[in-house]
Amino acid sequence: MRESTLWFWHIIAGAVILVLLGLHMAIMHLDEILGLYMDPTGWESVIARSQQGFFMVTYILLLGAALYHGLYGFRTILFELNLRKGTQKLITWLFLIGGLFLFVYGTYVAIAVYQMKEVAS
Amino acid sequence: MAERANHYPNKLGLWGWLGGGRYGLERYAYALHRLTGMGILFYFVLHIFVTGSRLGGAQKWAAEMGFFENNLFKFGEYLVYAAFAYHALNGIRLGLTELGFLMGKPTRPLYPYRSAVMRQRPVLIVVMVLAAVLIIAGGVDLFE
Repeated sequence: MRESTLWFWHIIAGAVILVLLGLHMAIMHLDEILGLYMDPTGWESVIARSQQGFFMVTYILLLGAALYHGLYGFRTILFELNLRKGTQKLITWLFLIGGLFLFVYGTYVAIAVYQMKEVAS
Repeated sequence: MAERANHYPNKLGLWGWLGGGRYGLERYAYALHRLTGMGILFYFVLHIFVTGSRLGGAQKWAAEMGFFENNLFKFGEYLVYAAFAYHALNGIRLGLTELGFLMGKPTRPLYPYRSAVMRQRPVLIVVMVLAAVLIIAGGVDLFE
């Protein structure tokens, strides 16, 4: 894929993160000011959010967008160090494999916790 | 030594990456944007594994949260939130600039010259003020 295409998706991922992570930060860090959840990191709040389809889907979307945006940004910073072509390829593949692993793990957790309700009932 | 294909000579080395010339306000903002981005990325990778502990049920989750229930981690969490507030708002400005929205129409280079940098500087000021408001609000919410 061309670098300009990768850069375009980097900006799109940033826009997606702005909305979804903004919502996440509002729930986690502005909850008292906004009058939302009173204990966002307590088990009851966590499981209540995790077992709603809306949050499961948005967590997975946010995970993918944040991993792509972050790892591509970090790759861009490293590439400015005037690295050899072989090193650039190695970094690209490491970030791709690492990013995919983290995405698969995070998605598995999101879906498994969502389905915990069905197991319990 | 033969030059690498498609690269200019980079005699500044690591210093060129950290701050190679006369930086203006926008360049410092961009440098802070990159620093906050790397900080958020580092935290995010750990966050994926920490939040994965909710698979283990209420007790595992409580134990995990108990480990982080001290002032050092609370302050670190606040720094991550502050980094996000800055990175997100400055990112909006950078995205708009990247797409050409804050640059104005190109003009002939006739005196008095018009600078695209000064055209988007008010946006930088607004973004910094908004980021400061969000950071203060987050501090009030977290530490009170």
